[in-house]
Amino acid sequence: MKSPEDVLKHAAELRWQLPQNLHDRIAESIHGEAARIAGRSITRSGSNRRLAWQQKLDRILTNAWTAFPIMVLVLGAILWLTITGANVPSRMLASLLVDQGHALLTDWFLAAGAPDWLRGVIVDGMYLATAWVIAVMLPPMAIFFPCFTLLEDFGFLPRVAFNLDRIFQKAGAHGKQALTMAMGLGCNAAGVVATRIIDSPRERLIAIITNNFSLCNGRWPTQILMASIFIGSLAPKGWGGSIAALSVLIVALLGFGFALLTSWMLARTILRGEATSFSLELPPYRPPNFWKTLYSSLIDRTLIVLWRAVIFAMPAGAIIWLSANIPLGDQSVAEWFIHLTDPLAWTMGLTGVILLAYIVAIPANEIVVPTILMLTVLVTGVNGGEGAGVMFEADNETVRAVLTAGGWTTLTAVCLMLFSLCHNPCSTTIYTIYQETRSAKWTTVAALLPLVMGIALCAAVAAVWRFLT
Amino acid sequence: MSAPDPHSPGQACLSCPSRFSQLQKLGLRIEASDYVIALAGNPNTGKTTVFNALTGLRMHTGNWPGKTISRAEGGFSYEGKNFKLVDLPGTYSLLSASPDEEVARTFLLFGQPDVTIIVVDATCMERNLNLALQVLQITRRAVLCLNLMDEAHANGLEIDDRNLARDLGIPVIPCSARSGKGIPELIREIATMAASTDPPPPRRLPLEIPGLRLALDRTEADLIQLFPFLPQPRWVALRLLEGDREIIQAVRSGEIGSLNEPSGTPLTT
Repeated sequence: MKSPEDVLKHAAELRWQLPQNLHDRIAESIHGEAARIAGRSITRSGSNRRLAWQQKLDRILTNAWTAFPIMVLVLGAILWLTITGANVPSRMLASLLVDQGHALLTDWFLAAGAPDWLRGVIVDGMYLATAWVIAVMLPPMAIFFPCFTLLEDFGFLPRVAFNLDRIFQKAGAHGKQALTMAMGLGCNAAGVVATRIIDSPRERLIAIITNNFSLCNGRWPTQILMASIFIGSLAPKGWGGSIAALSVLIVALLGFGFALLTSWMLARTILRGEATSFSLELPPYRPPNFWKTLYSSLIDRTLIVLWRAVIFAMPAGAIIWLSANIPLGDQSVAEWFIHLTDPLAWTMGLTGVILLAYIVAIPANEIVVPTILMLTVLVTGVNGGEGAGVMFEADNETVRAVLTAGGWTTLTAVCLMLFSLCHNPCSTTIYTIYQETRSAKWTTVAALLPLVMGIALCAAVAAVWRFLT
Repeated sequence: MSAPDPHSPGQACLSCPSRFSQLQKLGLRIEASDYVIALAGNPNTGKTTVFNALTGLRMHTGNWPGKTISRAEGGFSYEGKNFKLVDLPGTYSLLSASPDEEVARTFLLFGQPDVTIIVVDATCMERNLNLALQVLQITRRAVLCLNLMDEAHANGLEIDDRNLARDLGIPVIPCSARSGKGIPELIREIATMAASTDPPPPRRLPLEIPGLRLALDRTEADLIQLFPFLPQPRWVALRLLEGDREIIQAVRSGEIGSLNEPSGTPLTT
């Protein structure tokens, strides 16, 4: 009986008797056979107008001069469509769920004689947080996702990856990282899993660590809302939507820049190595199946993401209400935290409320804005309607009024947008990173690196802003 | 001799694709399956679209290579038999692999599916046939799904599928999975192949390289002695002769002998 070592030794000896370029010769013989078989069964008939058309389009979309303006324009157009299109349905949903739904539930609980704390936790906490998440998130997602999926099905995304390939290679990362970042625009956890298409472990780690710089769907609503309320309102009448879209576009591009910069830094320090080249296949343009895409991106993507947000919003709502209502000495738990962190938050251009919101929202970034609004109302006692501690009017002007009363300026909004881009990934993503890397060290790096960068960035922006104004 | 019973279906009915109506999409209900079917093919040939058409599931598809990165499973039932369908990540070759391609390679080689559907992009057959030929080196139970026929037509390509089937030695079914065209015929061929006890041998590569045949024979014999249940000893032998480090390591540790787990248990974590 031979042992494995004997078998391997025997095979190694046999190898010496075989041609040196065995691998190539096998590959060649397979290629040759494939070509022969294909040649026997294919006939070309007629002119190929479609191929010519596709080649022309490819020449424009991957040309060094036109490619980047087109990519930026397309992303900008989608953002503009999302921002302007989501405004009206968002307001309608808010009026339905927040104004009327909340009032109705409160009446029911009062009629049933429920104790105040129970009504607080369930109606003012859990229900309100959930209602906010739906009102804030559903309309932009229902517009953004189908647009994105249509572009994907059409074949635009691989062209984006193709264009970015050269840049990523220069940064010492893998060209396919562009594809995983595009996936990250939907969900970072999905983007992290998608890095499996990268063969080299070194480049894969770079892609995993930097995926967080792709704004995920949990953060798009934050960006869009902040841009609409604070930055769009600075613009002359009629230009609000465009300016807001532009500012979100800038943040998204900034994220891309950070990903590149971080990749470059990592590739030159702790993850040093040669960049491997690869050939990316450009798939043919395919006319997207419009209704099917619309249906599947609404049902499979929008509703699933929304459901996740709702699941996290409900307990978060309870926690928010409790933290704002359980006293610890002369202040509530939330107030203690907010006052304690206010100085640090101030140097970052933020407020203690925002920092607390980010801690509550670690499980799901989707709920950052609703959390901020609820905390602001509950803790600072500002109210946007009747009754203390609950917001009623839900249009942009009231949100703006509440936040301004909570001490917000344009700087706060800008820093929040930057911090939303640049902070630790959500807990699902962190867990996925651990699953993929099986390393506590790299998971920690991936979680803390963007956070440290975000704190530094916000502090720098706040310092410059205050110096200039 | 009795007259044919007017109520029993004739031969033509039995082979009619309209029995597609007997297809039951089982989605994720795949507990008790009679056959395991693997979907293999180059990236972006529409494997997941075929998967969705057969199982009624809605796995997300995308027009780019590398959209499917881990295996997805679903089921369908046809003529009283339950089929478990495994959607694999796209791969260009079985000779080398990135982590996502590794999933496909391991399953095709050691998962021993009852039928492997090789999904081929009709618009670029030549490159796609590379993988098809490699798959045919390791299994005779394969069906070729010539997908994206609508696009091939739009590109001005005519494909003689009968000729192709004769050349490859396996059934070839022209499909446009996006619109569902060809799916009934595909299902019938899958069922026939799954039920057949001894399908005809497909085309084998000549591999006319001096000394290779003898070296393969010897290494294969060694491997069979060492791991009597190794499903694809000849392929493993070829990898050893090429010096594939991963395979050498798997032989050394004996891991390769246990790769042949019963289907249904995850091969990778």
